[in-house]
Amino acid sequence: MIWGIWGTISPQKFFPGPIAIIQAFIETWIGPAFTADVVPSVVRLVVGIVVSILVGIVAGTVIGLVRWLRELLEPTLEFFRAVPPPVLVPILMLVFGPGDATRVIVIVAGAVWPVLLNTIEGVRSTDSVMTETARSYALTRVERLRYLVLPSASPRIMAGVRQSLSVALILMVISEMFNNSSGLGYRITYFQTNYLIAEMWSGILLLGLMGILLAAIFGFVERRVLRWYHGIKEVERA
Amino acid sequence: MTSAPVAQPRIRSRRPARGLRKFVLGVAGLLGFLLTWELLPALGIVDARFLPPATTVLAQLATEFQDLEFWRNVGRTMTTWFLGLLIATLGAVAIGTVIGLVPYLRRLTHTTVEFLRPIPSVALIPLAILMFGFQMPAALLIVVYASFWQVFVQVLYGVADVDTVARDTAKSFGLTRASRFRNLVLPTALPYIMTGVRLGAAVALILTVTAELLIAVPGIGRVIVFARGAGDVPTVYVYVVVAGLLGLIVNLIFRLIERRVLSWHQSVRGEDVA
Repeated sequence: MIWGIWGTISPQKFFPGPIAIIQAFIETWIGPAFTADVVPSVVRLVVGIVVSILVGIVAGTVIGLVRWLRELLEPTLEFFRAVPPPVLVPILMLVFGPGDATRVIVIVAGAVWPVLLNTIEGVRSTDSVMTETARSYALTRVERLRYLVLPSASPRIMAGVRQSLSVALILMVISEMFNNSSGLGYRITYFQTNYLIAEMWSGILLLGLMGILLAAIFGFVERRVLRWYHGIKEVERA
Repeated sequence: MTSAPVAQPRIRSRRPARGLRKFVLGVAGLLGFLLTWELLPALGIVDARFLPPATTVLAQLATEFQDLEFWRNVGRTMTTWFLGLLIATLGAVAIGTVIGLVPYLRRLTHTTVEFLRPIPSVALIPLAILMFGFQMPAALLIVVYASFWQVFVQVLYGVADVDTVARDTAKSFGLTRASRFRNLVLPTALPYIMTGVRLGAAVALILTVTAELLIAVPGIGRVIVFARGAGDVPTVYVYVVVAGLLGLIVNLIFRLIERRVLSWHQSVRGEDVA
């Protein structure tokens, strides 16, 4: 509301009012542009996220369970996590060449670390009494993994996933801003260089909506996966 | 890090061996990684033009260390990072405390915050370019935006965590607003704020480098772009390694600061209250 009034009273070059943006939003993103730019972006994003979560959990579980492997890899992984993911974009573009696969790899290369490290941490901090109990009840390795290790690590894993979602979204945009072909990031830069301000804002708005949508989906999944955990917390607090 | 030198000499004598093992394995892991890196181009699995061997990159890194321009670039990056983090922290603490302390404001701003927070900061890059051109303030805008939310949310949690009994006690003892804030709210919220700042510091570094990559603000990110454009692949790798090292140092520094500032706090002292 404030924004709307302010925008109409003092029309500025770089801050169009909400009505202009919504108009631009409808004109720009509904129609062919949706399939040309939005869909590829979203597909890359989703594939990237799914791959990083899978890789992160699988590798994290293995590394977390095997102590010597963990001690062997920990410093190296620490370093990789510390590398700001965007600097990997030029390197990966060099090695894998420009293309859709590279963009997915870029997303994975940045988004996998939070999941991986949190999974390692979560798997490692499995309650030792429970581990021994499970062992003495002769649960097989797979059963132990399925019913003990993964559930007890899941709060940590979900925290990692939450972090990696925002990293993935950022990397999607960056990788598209870097290599001009298609996608949301490319579109927004294009509007900016051509001084289509309202259209640019509508792109920012769209990205914001995607961020909110991702957060909402994550919140829903987290509530399903960690229902038991939140239940315990609730009881403890009461 | 637990300091119980008198009580448990037995455990203490065993710990160095564990630590040593961990250290040796860790170094072995790093060496193994470097070796793999060295071998990949040497065996022709990856083209050496795209992935120069580790020795080349490390040797160049060593010569870069003696180059003043290198340190200037690092300095530029760190200046942007520091200023951005500082502004974001101060702003987030100030706004966060006010909003956190007034329930009415909290409800009023809740939806707006929830809407603004997930907007990826890189989406603002075009806007930053339009507003400030290809200058440092453009990078600052993005860095501040990204790290602000990290600190802000933590401040809100921290301020909400103030014990109601303690607050009412302070009120009935007639503490002024200022001294209530100084002696009660701030200490309660401090651990949260520190967590926020630590997360914010990492995010700020990422966004600083991103801004340098995409807006060409001077700093290590821009060197990477230029080197890539010039086909100078080893330099690209050198600066990627440097970016990683900066990230590591930032992490370490903030863990240290956290331990210092919160030395009185439960989570750091690690004593049982029971």
